[in-house]
Amino acid sequence: MDTTSTPGTTATNGTQAKAWREGSKPEVGNWREKSGLAQMLKGGVIMDVVTPDQAKIAEDAGAVSVMALERVPSDIRRDGGVARMSDPDLIDGIINAVSIPVMANARIGHFVEAQVLEALGVDYCDESEVLTPADNSFHINKWEFKMPFVCGATNLGEALRRIGEGAAMIRTKGEAGTGDIVNAVTHAREVLGEIRKIQHMDEEELMTEAKNLGAPFELVLEVHKTGKLPVVNFAAGGIATPADAALMMQIGVEGVFVGSGIFKSENPPAMADAIVRATTHYNDPDMLAEISRGLGDAMAGLEANKLTADQRLETRGW
Amino acid sequence: MVGTTPVNPLESGEVDEKPALKIGVLALQGDFIEHIQMFRKLGVEAVEVRKPSQLAELDGLIIPGGESTTICRLIDLFGFEDELRKFVDDRRALWGTCAGMIVIARELTDPYPEPLRLMDISVSRNWFGRQVDSFEDEFEFSGIEGGPFLAVFIRAPVVESVGEGVEVIARLEDGKPVAVRSENLLATAFHPELTDDSRVHEYFLAMAREGVANRR
Repeated sequence: MDTTSTPGTTATNGTQAKAWREGSKPEVGNWREKSGLAQMLKGGVIMDVVTPDQAKIAEDAGAVSVMALERVPSDIRRDGGVARMSDPDLIDGIINAVSIPVMANARIGHFVEAQVLEALGVDYCDESEVLTPADNSFHINKWEFKMPFVCGATNLGEALRRIGEGAAMIRTKGEAGTGDIVNAVTHAREVLGEIRKIQHMDEEELMTEAKNLGAPFELVLEVHKTGKLPVVNFAAGGIATPADAALMMQIGVEGVFVGSGIFKSENPPAMADAIVRATTHYNDPDMLAEISRGLGDAMAGLEANKLTADQRLETRGW
Repeated sequence: MVGTTPVNPLESGEVDEKPALKIGVLALQGDFIEHIQMFRKLGVEAVEVRKPSQLAELDGLIIPGGESTTICRLIDLFGFEDELRKFVDDRRALWGTCAGMIVIARELTDPYPEPLRLMDISVSRNWFGRQVDSFEDEFEFSGIEGGPFLAVFIRAPVVESVGEGVEVIARLEDGKPVAVRSENLLATAFHPELTDDSRVHEYFLAMAREGVANRR
């Protein structure tokens, strides 16, 4: 599939990342299709599910995609031990249960888990800090795959390093499995604030900024020119109510991942439905008031600020 | 501030004799911003549509790419169906891209979602397979000059069959229809909004202008 003869991509499609990459090595997956699927998910909610039945509830509620997991993050946190890629039978079961795209997690740096997920027909791989990292220094070379990847980031440097490695979608990291929105807010503000700062820099300042961020210069230049990340940016980690989802959307992300927040709440179908509606009408307080009624209890939650350093998942990623 | 607002020559009609158009993009979910940017680049007013009451002021509406199950559900939840039907009966232009094509179809070969039955086409969802089967292709587009059109297919549908009066305007090499038109309705299985090529958007604007002329 040759993409070099095409008339060019829109500014939102990571042209710098693509051009930069084409100079060195042929890519396997087509960048426009990989980042394009993320464009189709925008304004939507991606839900963590652990069974085909939950996947069906998510789809019926209007989820744009489901993340097929063996355990939701709050259970991974509770159970401890090594968290790995899900069982292929579970992923197959979920793929067969729904018609929306199915995502699945691979451990950071575990490119063989990613190869397995691609072979299973998974539509998007999350190289995720929620699982136990398989590599203490390096992430997966995501250009080698036709399956697109989404990666977490706590700041702009981390986001651009992941895009440099081939991630076609970013999610700002919250503290997964807590039901506490504070870290999702902190990191979304961090990423978006750094983008605004770079946008207003002189070109002379960009190389030093790239050095300080630990980010590829070409991508810093693209952010400077476009004022946005080269790929779609969702929020994840700690979203537990419709208001949480709308808060992240108003801060400026393009969609949300909800992990434990749905199936650890008192009434999962109602919560799933409400978060989907709130993500569409995030800017309409009257609508949000209506949507927030009668949902039962949200997930119990853990205060993220009280976690010790070794309990934090968000710091995983290099 | 009112007195200082600059007048857009296209909107005021001072420069262009064609009527000023207002295009809406259904912004319930999906890649609506890419469509809006494309129309703005062409100098046309384009707005995000989240409420059925907004349809009355539009000359054309796009139902964008996204997840068809999600968009169908939100159309139902937020009460768009009757207004959309009125919109089409009123001969205003409607264009569905990818998920939007599924939403406006008469029937699907899949068990769900429930389409709106606005256009006499039968559509198969995810016809090419999963995301790893997404692809790009180039082909001629009947009624559009300037050489082949680059089309991006992402978990795309195809048209299985068309009813009377529906014209197939683009096909894949194997003959599968991927762009169809019937009077004020247009549907494409692919995403012109993800390229820099605005020819299909201009084609749609011409349809919207025809609608304006017919309503006068």
